Amino acid sequence: MSTVESWHGIAAEEVEEIPLAWTGLLRRRTRHLLGSLGAPHRRALIGVATAVLLSNLAATAIPYLVGIGIDIGIPAVRRGDYVPIAAIASAIVACALLQALLYRVFVAGSGRVGQEILLELRERVFAHFQQLSLAFHEHYTTGRMIARLTSDLESINEMFALGLDTLVNAVLSIVGVGVVLLVLDLPLGLVCLSGFVPLWFLTRWYQRESSAAYRNNRTAMARVIVQFTESLRGIRAVHAFRRQARNDEIFGQLSEGYRLSMSRSFKLLGVYWPGIVLIGNLTTAAVLLYGGVRVIDGAMQVGVLASFVLYLRRFFEPLAEVSQFYDSFQAAAAGFEKLAGVLDERPGVPMPAHGAPPPAGGWRGRVDFNNVRFGYRDGIDVLSGFDLHIPAGQTVALLGATGAGKSTVARLLARFYDPLDGEVAIDAVPLTDLAETELHRAVAMVTQESFVFSGTIAENIAFGSPGASQSEIEAAAKAVGLDSFAESLEGGYDSDVGKQGSRLSAGQRQLIALARAFLADPAVLILDEASSSLDAPMERQVQSALATVLSGRTALIIAHRLSTVEIADRVLVLAAGRIVEDGPPGELLAQRSGHYASLYEAWRESLL
Amino acid sequence: MTEAEPEQDAGSYRSLWRLRSFVRPYSRQMLFMLACAALAVAASTLIPLVLEAVIDGPIRHGDRAALVPMFLAALGLGLLEAGLIVARRQVQSVAVLKIEREIRDGLYTRLQELPVEFHDRWQTGQLLSRTTTDLGTIRRFLGFGAIFFIVDGLQYIAVMALLIVTYPPLGVISVLTTLPVIFLAKRFGASYSRISRQLQDQQGDLATLTEEAATGMRVVKSFGRGPLMQERFGSSARVLRGSALDMVRLRARFWGWLTLIPNITMAAAVLVGGIAVAHGSLSVGALVAFTTLLVLVQFPIIDLGWILSMAKEAATAADRVCEIFDAPLTVRDRPGAVALPSAKGRLAFEHVGFTFPGTRAAVLRDVNLVIEPGETVAIVGLTGSGKSTLVSLTTRLYDVTAGRITLDGRDIRDLEIESLRRHVAMVFEEPVLFSMSVRENLVLGRSEACDDEIEEALEMAQAGFVRDLPWDLDTRIGEQGLSLSGGQRQRLALARAVVARPSVLVLDDPLSALDVSTEALVEESLARVLPTMTGLLVVHRPSTVALADRVALLQEGTLVAAGTHHELMNRPDYAAVLSVERDTTTTAS
Repeated sequence: MSTVESWHGIAAEEVEEIPLAWTGLLRRRTRHLLGSLGAPHRRALIGVATAVLLSNLAATAIPYLVGIGIDIGIPAVRRGDYVPIAAIASAIVACALLQALLYRVFVAGSGRVGQEILLELRERVFAHFQQLSLAFHEHYTTGRMIARLTSDLESINEMFALGLDTLVNAVLSIVGVGVVLLVLDLPLGLVCLSGFVPLWFLTRWYQRESSAAYRNNRTAMARVIVQFTESLRGIRAVHAFRRQARNDEIFGQLSEGYRLSMSRSFKLLGVYWPGIVLIGNLTTAAVLLYGGVRVIDGAMQVGVLASFVLYLRRFFEPLAEVSQFYDSFQAAAAGFEKLAGVLDERPGVPMPAHGAPPPAGGWRGRVDFNNVRFGYRDGIDVLSGFDLHIPAGQTVALLGATGAGKSTVARLLARFYDPLDGEVAIDAVPLTDLAETELHRAVAMVTQESFVFSGTIAENIAFGSPGASQSEIEAAAKAVGLDSFAESLEGGYDSDVGKQGSRLSAGQRQLIALARAFLADPAVLILDEASSSLDAPMERQVQSALATVLSGRTALIIAHRLSTVEIADRVLVLAAGRIVEDGPPGELLAQRSGHYASLYEAWRESLL
Repeated sequence: MTEAEPEQDAGSYRSLWRLRSFVRPYSRQMLFMLACAALAVAASTLIPLVLEAVIDGPIRHGDRAALVPMFLAALGLGLLEAGLIVARRQVQSVAVLKIEREIRDGLYTRLQELPVEFHDRWQTGQLLSRTTTDLGTIRRFLGFGAIFFIVDGLQYIAVMALLIVTYPPLGVISVLTTLPVIFLAKRFGASYSRISRQLQDQQGDLATLTEEAATGMRVVKSFGRGPLMQERFGSSARVLRGSALDMVRLRARFWGWLTLIPNITMAAAVLVGGIAVAHGSLSVGALVAFTTLLVLVQFPIIDLGWILSMAKEAATAADRVCEIFDAPLTVRDRPGAVALPSAKGRLAFEHVGFTFPGTRAAVLRDVNLVIEPGETVAIVGLTGSGKSTLVSLTTRLYDVTAGRITLDGRDIRDLEIESLRRHVAMVFEEPVLFSMSVRENLVLGRSEACDDEIEEALEMAQAGFVRDLPWDLDTRIGEQGLSLSGGQRQRLALARAVVARPSVLVLDDPLSALDVSTEALVEESLARVLPTMTGLLVVHRPSTVALADRVALLQEGTLVAAGTHHELMNRPDYAAVLSVERDTTTTAS
């Protein structure tokens, strides 16, 4: 666990203090990400840098012009000649205009680059999350995914909004002023620059401490977000079981954790920033003393000393500003680091970009599990040496107690996971060879958690079939018996279902999920407890719809209610990951002592 | 989307001002921070004056010894400035973060109190962005913007006063040429408010999309619709970028103007001051001092740019936060609500009607039903007939919009909600488990439950699988823990309700994901438990109906019949709802 290699992907997420050897890798990864984001904007960045350089030049010219105004303009006025002073005042105005204009170009340009980079990063991270396997998401959790895509990206946005121009401006004036100081008076200039030595150590210290602190901030914020989203999503249970007080307590702890973490980073900046100010002030005092001595000794002009002290302010003031920029940079870097970690995670179920073509003549739907081994956790196999062959067009019911592996078989067939050994194939094409769109032309799955997206009923039904026409949507709704409900609504199929279907009953949500699958029209259809919340007449309607939809189509049905099984051509009973009974329902029923026969008996009894 | 809303209110500081109750306990710290900031600025302003003193004093007189006190003065001022910044930052790192935390906790508490109806309407992503991003904006304003607005304002006034004293005509010109700043601030302020509100709303929308993509991941994957989600997210992100770019452009224009103004003042000073010097009404030294002072006022003016944007962003963020604080608590304790120490469990629906807010069609109409203590009634009806809504009224997840529901003869709205919900426990169709240990999930409704009671409930709900979890009752489940199957979740949710020992147990189709044999076992044990309490069940299957003493048939929002299962079997509409399977057998064969 403690090798550099194991430092990969989100393993870093929960680590609070990171050993030094790892920080190097983290930073390299972050740097690489930054580089790839910035590269396309190189020309824009050069333009922006030029603008700010010229704008600074124009700004620097103004004090110089003021000096000329005093030295040349005033004597001219005394002679009655107002032209020079007017010309100089105009030149100042011209410089001011130029400076303001270029500054505006700079702010707009750097802001645009920042936003483009942010958009690119947002889309990249989102796309990557989409590609990562369900196994990853189950481990990573939705709350943290939300945290990454909201508050971490926000920290980067803040850096772009607050700091970029400070940094560029400061670097320019520090370099410029530094050169001027050395030219003005070498010994005194060296005294000034010696301030950089403590500054370097201070910055090193701050960098080390604050990157750990900011990393903690991101983690602490993610915890707050996880608790927040979870309790609001389960608000009914929170209310029904009077969970508010305990939740307040838990949230209070997490938000206190965030506060303490933030407080630490605040305090670090609270040392770093005044530290820079102090170094600047000490240098100023030293210049005053040493410069004063040199002037008195006649080694230096008074004017030079005056310029020195004025320039020193232009030297350390931007540095203090940079310290604040550095602070937002460290915050953003912690966000970058988390995002780079996500982007580094390789998809557990990688889809080839250009997969195998569908078989000539289209998908027929033959399913093969060849010697498949699979388990969710290390060392515990749910399936092993599992073989199953379903000829095209067969409807298979999968039965068995909880934990027998029914849903696992379904998930492997939908390629939510890949087998650890062996392969799953449709029409002799291994699922791993198929590109995403082709895979889902071949197979689609409806689960018992029938998720409905915010939007209209029609949009939800058409979710799996881009480009479905209104009449196709309505036909699918009619097939499952959703039509009368949809038509009874004011907006018909275009009625909004509310926040994630909150205005629908569980049964209605299942009907939508079924209609969605019917419309998607895959060669192999998997129904995992897809009608558990339906009332009897609805279920009856779905049964007869299934009878039509499934004719000539391969289907794998998992259901506790055996009414669904009656339309199956073949029944498989699973126990502890193996098939213990296999045959047409009628035949299995004849084996009086068999699993299916006794399940069927129990079910008949439950009916009345 | 904000276009349609009343504009004059957006970005006014009213909401921000309302948050002062959170700031008040820290007013001393805030004043301290302000004082430190002002003194630090003063100290840093004084340092150049020491230089003047050095040049005019020791250097002119060639007095080495006199340099030392000057050096010490500069050193002292330098130390003072740094020390004041340290002091301010230390206080800031406590006070401002505490204020932020208190607002955040307050928001969370409020959100938990808000009725289910509120959460049906509000997207979690929007609420989240208010609780995180917006509060960060407000914190930055409090810790920085507000303080430097005052410090910069003071500095501006002080310098302008000095200028007027130095040479009144030029001072007046300086004041006049910098006044357009106020006009600019007004003009850009309005646009800032509009765009920053837009940005914040769009950030919330994007958070919502993210949340939906995350929660709906399975469906997205099973249909391979990642590209669609990507496109939705992308277009929303591009809209956000559009607003961000509007903000960037606005900022560029405003900041451009702000850097221009002090320089124009400088040009005026050179022209007017130069002429004045030539005519002998001003000394050269005074003019130099004048221009030096003008440079000092440059920073406060330029700072105004980011302070104003910070203030506007904080104001609109406060608007968004206050919208949550202002959302009405429609389901709350009435004044004079009483606690019910114990309940017999007589539940009565009297002419109950319900309409979702903002809709016209009633979901429930004139529902009348009395359930005696110890009795179990099953509600039977078609999908969409209002069964789930009806039972959710019993714990006031929603309030009736007509008639009333009574528990032991008292209107449930006259009871303290806490007390009502202690007596009425509910199991939902879709079981909600939180990312906590199994134990914590089970004792949600009654934290004092002992292990024996938990044991009993687990057995009743056929949830013995808990024993096989890696850490038994201490195993963390829910989203961040071990994932359980639908059937396992339902059994835990059932056990949870039983642990709560309610007087009234409400079960909304709680066995839908169980296999037949487990279901039979659960029903057997429910049959033992139910006579000890009042039961209200929503039922889809005939086997579960057998648990009930009476059945009520719900059709299009109203009860059309009630009686025993056998009495109702003669009604064709009742038989049609329940007796599926016989029919299916005929269609299938």
